[in-house]
This record gives sequence, structure tokens and C-alpha cells, in this order.
Amino acid sequence: MADNTVAEQNDTEPAAAEFAFTDEQQELRRAVRKFAAEFSDEATVRTLMESPTGYDAKTWARLGAELGVLGLAVPEELGGAGGTLVDQAIAVEELGAVLFCGPVLGTVGLAIPALVASSEGPVRSATLESLVEGARTAAFAVADRGGSFDPTALTVGATRDGDGWALTGVVERVVDAAAADVLLVAASGPDGVALFVAEGDASGVERQALSTLDQTRRQATIRLTDAPARLLAGPEEAERVIGHALAVGATLLAAEQVGASQHLLDLSVGYAKERLQFGRPIGSFQAVKHRLANMLVHAEHARSAAYHAAWALQDGTDDPALAASIAQATCSEAFTDIASGTVQVHGGIGFTWEYQAHLYYKRAITDAALLGSAEVHRGRIAASVLDSQIGRLPSPPVATGIL
Amino acid sequence: MSVGTDTDVNSGAGPGSGPVGDAARVEEAARQVVREHDPRSVPTQEFLGAVFDAGLAWVHFPVGQGGLGLSRGLQANADSILQDAGGPTPFALNPIGYGMAAPTLSEHTQTPERAAAWLRPLATTEDIWCQLFSEPGAGSDLAGLATSAVRDGDDWVINGQKVWTSLAHRANWALLLARTDPDVPKHKGLTYFVLDMHAPGVETRPLRQMTGQAEFNEVYMNDARIPDAHRLGAVGAGWRVAMTTLMNERSAIGGSASRRGVGTISDAVELWAARPDLHTPVLRDRLAKLWTTAEAQRLTSERSRATATAKGPGPEGSVGKLVGAELNQAIYEFCMDLLGTEGTVYGDYTLRDITRNEDYRGPIQQRFLRSRANTIEGGTSEVLRNILGERILGLPGDMRADSDRPWREVPRG
Repeated sequence: MADNTVAEQNDTEPAAAEFAFTDEQQELRRAVRKFAAEFSDEATVRTLMESPTGYDAKTWARLGAELGVLGLAVPEELGGAGGTLVDQAIAVEELGAVLFCGPVLGTVGLAIPALVASSEGPVRSATLESLVEGARTAAFAVADRGGSFDPTALTVGATRDGDGWALTGVVERVVDAAAADVLLVAASGPDGVALFVAEGDASGVERQALSTLDQTRRQATIRLTDAPARLLAGPEEAERVIGHALAVGATLLAAEQVGASQHLLDLSVGYAKERLQFGRPIGSFQAVKHRLANMLVHAEHARSAAYHAAWALQDGTDDPALAASIAQATCSEAFTDIASGTVQVHGGIGFTWEYQAHLYYKRAITDAALLGSAEVHRGRIAASVLDSQIGRLPSPPVATGIL
Repeated sequence: MSVGTDTDVNSGAGPGSGPVGDAARVEEAARQVVREHDPRSVPTQEFLGAVFDAGLAWVHFPVGQGGLGLSRGLQANADSILQDAGGPTPFALNPIGYGMAAPTLSEHTQTPERAAAWLRPLATTEDIWCQLFSEPGAGSDLAGLATSAVRDGDDWVINGQKVWTSLAHRANWALLLARTDPDVPKHKGLTYFVLDMHAPGVETRPLRQMTGQAEFNEVYMNDARIPDAHRLGAVGAGWRVAMTTLMNERSAIGGSASRRGVGTISDAVELWAARPDLHTPVLRDRLAKLWTTAEAQRLTSERSRATATAKGPGPEGSVGKLVGAELNQAIYEFCMDLLGTEGTVYGDYTLRDITRNEDYRGPIQQRFLRSRANTIEGGTSEVLRNILGERILGLPGDMRADSDRPWREVPRG
């Protein structure tokens, strides 16, 4: 219900003011939260993270077909909900809060946006529909350099093979790729860089599942040897499509970091109220209280930056690359700080395998590295807002000391 | 469409009601003020009087007190029109008056007539206001203050010393928190008053600070008298009234700069742009981090404005105050590190005209020194973190040695 209402809302109403969530969006949030509580509690997460594929295909299919939250920002004519990136961010935030095991980043964050941004054609529509429904999953096998695309660093080549193409090369550490039905692969062809769709189980596709720091988010190295593929986005648009996917992916990753950060803040505050030492709740000690206050500030900044990026990408109100970099620089630092703080505030229990803190801590470290570290994004921010100003701004007064 | 007609529309459930109708109504009222009192040609006080009369000084205040009874989030709709037309920034002209006195007066004055009588000249800046809260013995522990107010007929007689009072030398009126009952625990024995700064027995002296300037004052009260009609809130309820003032203070200090790159971060960005000879990769990352934090805080203020209601500022204003203060210090520390030995000379420590607040306009070195106060004034960063912890996160309070004891018995010093 929620997704349909959101779509209608956006056809008839003027664009919502930034940060003002509609009633439909609040309803969407409640629906996803309820689903996540039911189908992705901690015991389920722990079972899935040790399972062969790392996720439950049935639950994933329900997210798509029943809840309809895998293609919230996908236009209706392409089988999506016709909503906004803000809607999608809300759903991803709630999934991030429970460390939902499934290809959220690979499929929803990267592959679906790439497909939506590509020119229409049979390859796109056939691939997109099953992903939005949750019937299949996809991974984005495009090696990024800190969240941006470098066509000169491609490690896959494409050659014509009859009506289709054949891909050869290696892409390392592709998120959600081990179990993906579909791989979106960037490769250099005779006419330049293009984006291709390959079936995950095709001949010539070898996937080596990796043992990852974050067991709830799998990665695989993909070896392609004349693997059959279809062209999705040709050289005239591939870089734009990949750039769009990386910006959306960075934004949705930020939303996921917000969800997990908020969960950990709530968890730590709850613990600090309950845990007694020296005859008092530890949260009454200022050393603990002030750390939690800092975590609150981080969580608030993360939420603002992530949703600003979602609104900016949706409505064009800000430079999308800059907004995505602000979101990633802010949210990676915030989630990492909050996750470390969570371990610390919990003391010994926070270091145990049995307690959930380490699961989030490992997700925080991984998320901070994915699609560019905070440092890399700050470098982009500096290039955008500092370097361009050199020699163009007046200098504020500096005293010379001469009387 | 006249403002009056639109009010009728808003009383029903017609198409003009709701947030969109309210915004249109505020904007039309602002345009009407600008049409009838062009701020570029009429005197400032006349223009601000018209803004007050149109209910645009504080749109969330009641009608007749400079407001329209609407959501405070709509204030920006009015301000942008008024200021784009060349209107002044009244907050800058009467900061304590606009930021702290006005909300306190509107909410707690004994009669609406008395409130309006204070608020209109406050709004026009004819009356500058100051705040008499902190004392030499009561800083973070404000509720421990010692200035006494003793009832005498229809008056109260005030004795004590206040400190860190901005604008006391220019103010006609002061918000005063004083102790009316020393025999109950500290929070319960306070009462809130409005003091006439020109009353006999009130003496103001400048207080020089580390920048060399004197932005603040000490105020001495020796048998100064206040009529009971100038009491705000009930006798003994002063702490609750003071909370209105303090939450607005923090939200006023923390809630500035709504455009990207505006505010103190621009000092660092401009210095960086002007001095490529001093660049290093490490300093570049440091500035990018400061810029990103400033931007995240700006977006957080925008987000809290988007969800603000007519109810008044919540503790989230404390986030802005905390971050803004620490960021200001980090920004000027960056500037000084960039400047190297150039930063170690200083313009002039001579005490200058105290009617202007020079420290924000002076050289970087002076702004740097001034920023040391940012994490002390308006609530230290330590107290603000307690507020975030206790009032937003709901953590238990620290153990206190004074909460159940009569104020008179609590050690002080």
C-alpha cells in the first residue's frame, strides 16, 4: 500500500520540501521496520551469515513482490513504484538498522539504478523487472576507485560474439556477487567502455566467494573467460550510467549507515541506562554520557547528510556528486565512530561473539571502505569547494602586528 | 488578497488552510509591509514597527505581540522577503531582545498588554535588552545564584552582582533571575523579573576579556527596586521561566547560517583561497573536514527547521550550539596553523569602542582568541553534552550534592 500511495503522491503534489517526510513515507518506514523485525531478527541474521548464499531468497522475494520496496524509485512503466530516491533511502535505512542479509547494495543500490539510467531496450526491461520483483538478484561488477569510475583501470575486455558479446577478465571483491543471478559488468570493447549484462551461472563465469570481514555482506571475485553477455549501455552512455549508479549507491549506502548508526545509538543508550557499576547506571557518568552525546551528534549529522543527498539526487537541488560525497564523508565517519563507541560503552560484553556489537562494527568498517573512504570523499569535496576558489576570494583580515 | 480575508479562510478547512495557505499568508503579509514601508527609504525603527504590527516579528507569537500564531518554521518565509527588500537583520541589532527576551516575555508576562508594551519597542530596537543570569559564583550551576530579591510592599528589592552581561551598557531592560527563598533547594527558590537598567542602585562596569576588548559587563545591584507587575511567572517558578530563555539562547546561538559556506567557515575558506603559498595536503584535508562538518550541521539545522512546530525550540538547539562552538574553535585553530608565525603577531590590545562588537570583525588572530569563549558562553560544552545525554537520550542525571538541601546550606565558592 505504502509504495503505491507514494507514487500517486508524487504525480499530483509539488515536490516536497527537503527533510519534510510525508505521511506515506512514515507509513513506508513503519512497514519496512515491521517486516525487518519479523524476518530479520538477530537470530536470523546469524543463521544467514553462516549459510551458503548468505541470504534467504524467499524473504528477498517478499521484499520485492509483497512489500514492493526494491524498486521504489523505479518508474512505474519499468515495473517500479514510481516513487522517489527518498522513499528508497527510507527502506534501505530500515534494512540497514537490522543488518538485513541480502543484496541491498549490489541490487538496489547499484544494479537497479544503472539499469534505470540506461537507454531503454529489451535487455534493460527483461533484467529490471525480475530484480524489482525480487525474483532475481544482481551485482555490479564495476571496479570503482573510491566510489568513482576510472575507465582506464578496467580489467575486463569485451569482444563481439555473433549477436552478443564475450567478456574476459577479472573483477575483484564484488559485493553481493557470489549468489547473484545477474552481473552488470563494465568492459572495454572495440568502441570504448560499455556496460554489459551477464548471467551469473553462464559458462565462462567463475565466482570465487570470499571470506569477508563483514559476514552479513558477501563479496566474490569474478573471473570471466569468454563469458556470454548482452550490451546494456554502449560507449556513448556507459560512463554516465555508471556514474549515476555510483552516486545513487553512495547515497543509499549512506542511508544504510544511518539506520545502523541509529540502532547502535539506541542500543548503547539502553545499555548505559541498565548497566550498574559503583551502584549507579553507567550512563550517569559524564565520561560515558558525553561519549553518547557525541554519538548522537554523529547520528544527527549522518541523517541530515544522507537525506540531503537523496533529495538532491532526486530533485537536482544540489550537485549530485558533491552531495553524495558529503553524505559518504559524513556517514562513514559517523557509523565508524558510533560502532566503536558501542563496543566501548558495552565494555567486555561488546567484545564477545555472542553480542551483536561486533556484527555492526564489522559492517561499519566495511561500509566506510566501500564506494570510497571518508578521506577519499573529502578529497573530492576539497576539489569541488576549495581548489576552485584559489585566488578568487578576498582574504579575511590578518593582523600584521605593526602599530 | 488581504491578510484579513485570508485569516477567515484559515479558520475553516478551506483550500487556504494548512501549511501551504499559512506560508502564502505570511509571504503576502511580508510583501505588503515592504510595499507600504520600503526599508530602503523609511527609518529602521519605523520599518521594524510595521513588521511587528503585521505579526511578522515572530510569526509563532500570538496576534498583537508581533506574531500570527503560526508555525515558527514560517519565520524564514517572512525574513527572506523582508531582508531581500533591504530590511535589517533585527537579531543583530538587539540579539538578547530578539533571541531570548521576546519568547520569554511573550510566554510569561503577567498580562498581554504588558507583554505587548515591552515587545513592540524591543522589536523596533528602541529598547535594547540584556540578560542578568550568570554570577561570579554561579556559572554552569546557574540555579545556585545568590542575587537576592526581597518583597517590600508592591516592590521587590534586589541586591547582588551579575557578570558576563552583553550589552548591559546599552540596555534599557534586563531579564533578571534572583533568589526569593534561600531556605528551599536551589531550583525552587528562584523568581524571574524584568529590571529597568536605569533604576537607582543599578551600576554597570565593562569587563575586559582576553582579546583586549570589553564585550561584556559586570552589573551591580544595590537596593534596586522592581515593581511586582514586572515579575515573570509565579514566585518560586523562576527556573522554569529561565528554561524558556536558555533554550532560545542555545537555539539562537546554534541556529545561524542557512546557506552553504556562510558563517565562520568562510573565514577559513577565504584564507585558504588567498594563501596558496601556505597549502599542504594535510591542511587541505583538515579544512575539507571542517567544511564537511559545517555543512552537515547546516543541513541538520535545516532539517530541524523543517520539522519545527509552534511549540518552541527543543533540546536539538543544543546540538547546534555544541557543534557550532567547537567548530568555530577548530576553524580558527586551522587558520592559525595555516598562518604559522604570521599568526603570532596581534593587531592591538587597546580597549576600543565598547558599543561595537569588534572581536568578530577584527583580524583572524582576534577572532581566534574570541572563539575560546564559544564553548563557555551560553552553556559550556560539558553542560551541553549533559543536556544532550539527559534530555534527548534520557540518560540518568549525575549524582548531585545539592538537590535536596536548602540553598542556604550548600557550600559555595
